[in-house]
Amino acid sequence: MGTGVTYEESISKVWKGFWLLGAVTIVEVIIALLGNGHLIHGFELSRLIMYPAMIGLSAFKAYFIVKEFMHMGYEVRDLAMSVLLPLLLLVWAIIAFLWEGTYWGSARQKVNDKNELKVPPTSSLNDAADPELYTGLL
Amino acid sequence: MATETTALDHAENKGGDWGGGTSPMKASYGKLMMWYFLLSDAFTFAGFLITYGTLRVSVPTWPVPDFVFQSVPFLSGHYPLIFVTIMTFVLIVSSVTMVRAVQEGHRENQKGVVYWMALTIIGGACFLGCQAFEWNTLINKEHMGLTVNPFGTHTESGTYLEGDGHGIKAGDTFAAGDPYLVHMDHKTHEFNFLSYKNEAGEKGQQTLGPKAFGALFFFITGFHGFHVFSGVIFLLIIMMNVITGLYIKRKNGYEMVEKIGLYWHFVDLVWVFVFLVFYLL
Repeated sequence: MGTGVTYEESISKVWKGFWLLGAVTIVEVIIALLGNGHLIHGFELSRLIMYPAMIGLSAFKAYFIVKEFMHMGYEVRDLAMSVLLPLLLLVWAIIAFLWEGTYWGSARQKVNDKNELKVPPTSSLNDAADPELYTGLL
Repeated sequence: MATETTALDHAENKGGDWGGGTSPMKASYGKLMMWYFLLSDAFTFAGFLITYGTLRVSVPTWPVPDFVFQSVPFLSGHYPLIFVTIMTFVLIVSSVTMVRAVQEGHRENQKGVVYWMALTIIGGACFLGCQAFEWNTLINKEHMGLTVNPFGTHTESGTYLEGDGHGIKAGDTFAAGDPYLVHMDHKTHEFNFLSYKNEAGEKGQQTLGPKAFGALFFFITGFHGFHVFSGVIFLLIIMMNVITGLYIKRKNGYEMVEKIGLYWHFVDLVWVFVFLVFYLL
């Protein structure tokens, strides 16, 4: 395979990779079940631990599959960079769209709240001029 | 690979790596283009998964994955996430057998390539079978559709006033955040929304869950499943070519097997993220 390892070594490396990916998957599922209180009755793992742990473990699995199984770790650096660097665009896409989605949620909530407001018939124009009302237009 | 690099070493090199006459990436055109295809495909999947995240954070409640995905074939009862874990393992195993096929290809071992590719195809077919079971459960048993999502989440705690004949009895209590499945009446084909009384004594009724969940689920797992399906077809075609001895004549270490291998690992890679976003988070 051009990396100076013998045939037997490369085979055992593949099976080690299999057990590693399997173990990481099982840990992920255990964390998910713990986090939702399925394993220990009455105990729920905090989302602040659960989410970063699962994202980190999945990122590790992805790294391992690309580096070892897809052999990216043994390709020329220019090839690896030309494929991996464009993916950095996704960092911004994730931040921007989750931000946008959160805004949709809060905007919808605000509209629902406003719809339930009862304006007293005696109120004058000045009283009704709520600066909050105009933030949605900005 | 080995023959290629020696050819490159002897090539005349006038303008550096990028001056022409050499192959700066030290990879064939086909392999390079497979990588760039996978890059573009990664953006497509990322677009889908980011859409899922965007819609999920835009609504107050969302179906709880370990409540939605808890059926296992031949077993009754609730086994949260067990079946998708098995599916993940099937895909990891088929990825490993694919690596073995590529390794045997480098050694020009025709029989070894056929053996490991056949196992990979079986793995892919098993995964598709598992997905068929999962879709069938959701569509025919739980009546989820592209625009209908019977998986809801309670927004307040309370007590049921009636039972649904599927485990919920009148008088059962629930807390805010608890998931529920709205069952369909088999005679009228209409959803049977249970009424309840909240802690303040007000009467309420179950509602359907966020609409987008069904469409997102079927589009994203369907798009991935279609990749697995086309992967199985391509693996079959290339395995036929291996059997007929086409790649022996090429003397390039079964590079075609390596290329389809890249695609197959990519399908496994995407599943890592589908598994994370849909089933774990």
